[in-house]
Amino acid sequence: MAEIRVQHLRKAFGDFVAVQDSNFVVEDGEFFVMLGPSGCGKTTTLRMIAGLELPTGGQILLSGDDVTMLRARERDIAFVFQLFALYPHMNVRKNIGFPLLAQGMPSAEIRTRVEETAKLLRIDHLLNKSVSGLAGGDRQRVALGRAIVRRPKCFLMDEPLGTLDTEFRDLMVHELRELHNRIHATTVYVTHDQMEAMSMADKIAVMNHGVIEQFGTPREIYDRPATMFVADFIGSPPMNFLGFGGGLAKGAREIVVQGAKVAVPEVREDIAPADMALGIRPEHIRFDDASKLRGAIYGTEYLGTTQIVAVETADGIIKARVPAEIRLSTGDHVGLTLSSARLSLFEKGSGRAVRTEIHDVASERRTQHG
Amino acid sequence: MSLTTAHSVVAPSSNSKRIAGAIIIAYALISIVPLLWIFATSFKTPPDSIAYPPKILFQPSLEGYCNLFTTRTRQTPEYINSLGPATGFCDETTRKRNMVIAGPSNFLPRFVNSLIIAFGSTFCAVFLGTLSAYGFSRFKVPLADDLLFFILSTRMMPPIAVAIPIYLMYRELGLSDTALGMILLYTAVNVSLAVWLLKGFIDEIPREYEEAAMIDGYTRLQAFWRTVLPQATTGIAATAIFCLIFAWNEYAFAALLTSGTAQTAPPFIPTIIGEGGQDWPAVAAGTTIFLVPILVFTILLRKQLLRGITFGAVRK
Repeated sequence: MAEIRVQHLRKAFGDFVAVQDSNFVVEDGEFFVMLGPSGCGKTTTLRMIAGLELPTGGQILLSGDDVTMLRARERDIAFVFQLFALYPHMNVRKNIGFPLLAQGMPSAEIRTRVEETAKLLRIDHLLNKSVSGLAGGDRQRVALGRAIVRRPKCFLMDEPLGTLDTEFRDLMVHELRELHNRIHATTVYVTHDQMEAMSMADKIAVMNHGVIEQFGTPREIYDRPATMFVADFIGSPPMNFLGFGGGLAKGAREIVVQGAKVAVPEVREDIAPADMALGIRPEHIRFDDASKLRGAIYGTEYLGTTQIVAVETADGIIKARVPAEIRLSTGDHVGLTLSSARLSLFEKGSGRAVRTEIHDVASERRTQHG
Repeated sequence: MSLTTAHSVVAPSSNSKRIAGAIIIAYALISIVPLLWIFATSFKTPPDSIAYPPKILFQPSLEGYCNLFTTRTRQTPEYINSLGPATGFCDETTRKRNMVIAGPSNFLPRFVNSLIIAFGSTFCAVFLGTLSAYGFSRFKVPLADDLLFFILSTRMMPPIAVAIPIYLMYRELGLSDTALGMILLYTAVNVSLAVWLLKGFIDEIPREYEEAAMIDGYTRLQAFWRTVLPQATTGIAATAIFCLIFAWNEYAFAALLTSGTAQTAPPFIPTIIGEGGQDWPAVAAGTTIFLVPILVFTILLRKQLLRGITFGAVRK
C-alpha cells in the first residue's frame, strides 16, 4: 500500500492544457475521488498516475519514489477501466489470473490466488464462464478481481460504474466501499457522478478546466464550497446564487439582497466593492410570509419526503427543498428565509468564496481533533 | 404512437422475397455454369470435349488428369505392342492413343510454386500489414494520413505501368524467375490492402485492452501478442484470404517474370494446350485442381470474408 503525491503536475496536448499545476496527496489507504465534468482533466490525471500518459511537467511520487517517467508496468498499480477491458478470448479465471501470469507465478499459486480473490468478490461460481455472457455487475467484479489479485500498491479506477444500470450502480457503490474498508488499498477513483463521489470518498478533488477547484472531504466540499463552480457542481439541485453589490468589511454580519437584510456568517476578510453572490443550498431555505425576500412559485417537483419548489425572484429562479406536506400552488407569492449559519459568499468575478466564520470554525475543529 | 419506430425494419413481403430469390438464383447459375463446364470437361475424353453438339451426358474419364500430369510421345503401334503389359490406367489410356508416357509433366512443380509464392507472400503481407496497421492505429505517427494515402496509392497504378521497370530491375537483381522475387512482388502489392483492411479492424479494438495488460506487467509487444492479436483474428483471416486470392490468381506479372523454375500455375496452364494438339480435358483438369485450394479456403473462412467485405460495419 502506498501514498500518492502529485506535485505541480501539468499535461498539454499541443495548445490545449488538459491539466495545470495539479497538487494533491492521497494518503495511504485513502479512497480519493476526482470529480468533475467531462473534459476537466480528471481522467488525464489518472492516466498520468498510471503511466499511460507522460506528464508535460511536474512529479508523481508513489510511496516516496519518483515514478513520473516510469513505464506503467514498473509502477505496481492496478487500473480498472470504464469499459472493464475484460479479454473476450479468456474466461473469468484467465482474466483474473492474467496479471499474475506476467510475473511468472507458478500456475498452482495463480490458481489459489485467483480463487481467493473470486471468493472475496463472490464470483467464485463464475470462474469457468466466458466473460462475454456476464451481467454488468459481474463484469465489474471480474475487472475488480483482476485489479486486486496482484495486491498492487494502489488502485486507479476510471469511471468504473459509468456503464452500469442505476440498479447495479447503487449496489456496486456499496460493494466498492465495503471492499475498500476490508482491504484498505489506496484508491484513486474518477467520476463525474457526485453521488458516487459523495458516498464513497474519504477525500474529493473537484476539477474544472484542468484545475483542482477544491480538495477536501465530502462534507467540506458540500458545506463550504471554495468556488462558485464547486457550489454549482455539487448538490442536486445545486446551490442557489443571489447577486448583491458592494464590498464587505471584516466583521460584517449582514448584507442586503434584493432590498432584504440577510444575516450572514461573520466575514473574516475585507473585500473591495464588486459584484458578489450569496450562495444558499435549497434545503436551507424556508418559507416565511414575514420575510422581505419574496418571489412567486414557478413550479414544484414532488419527491415523496421532500419537494423542490422553484421560486421566481427579482434575481431569477431560486430552488428550495421543503417538506412534502406543505401545500403550494403555482403563482403563490411566498417569502423566503435563509438559514444564516449555512450561507456562503462569493466574489462573482473570480468565483472564489469569501472567508467567513464557517471556515474558521471548521479549521478550529480540525486542529482540536488533530 | 408507436415507440418502436426507431428500431423497426420494414419486413420484406413474400413477393419481394421471391423476386430477390429468383434474381440470386439466376445470377448464381450464370456464374456457376462456366465452372461446371470446366469441371465437366476435365472428365471428358479429348474427342468428347470437342464433340458438336456438346455432350451434356458422357462417359466420365480421367484421361484429362493423366495428360495433365504426364508428358507423352507418339510411337508406332509396333513399338507399343512390343512393350510389356500396361502399368496402370494412365499407361493404358495413353497407349490407346498410340502414345507412351515419357515422364511427369511440369504441372505439379508449377502448382507447388503457386502454393509457395501465394502463401509466402500472403504471410509476409499480413505480418507486415498487421504490425504497421497496429502502429498507425495506436501511435502518433508523423504525417500518418499522408503515409496511409501513399500506401494506398501504390494500388492505384495499373500493373502494366510498372511491368517493364520491374522486369528490368528483376533481371539486374537476379530476381527474375525466382520464388523470392515473386513473393516480394506480391507482398509489395498486397501490403497496402493489408494495412488498410487491418487498420480498420484494429481501430475497432479498444486500446484499453493493451493498456490493461501493460499496467498488469506486460510489455507492449506482449500486450499486442496476447490481447490485440486474439481479437484481430477475424480481420487477419479476412485480410489473408484477400491477399491469397490475389497472389493465387495473378497472371500478368507471373507470365512476365517467370518462365521456368519459379513459374506459377496460371501462366503454365494455358501452355498445356500446345502439347500434342488441343487437349481441352487436360487444361480443364489443371484449372479444376487450381481452383480447389481457394475454394476450400473461401468455404472455411466465408464468415470472416463477409466481415472483411463489409469493412467492420457488422458489429461483433
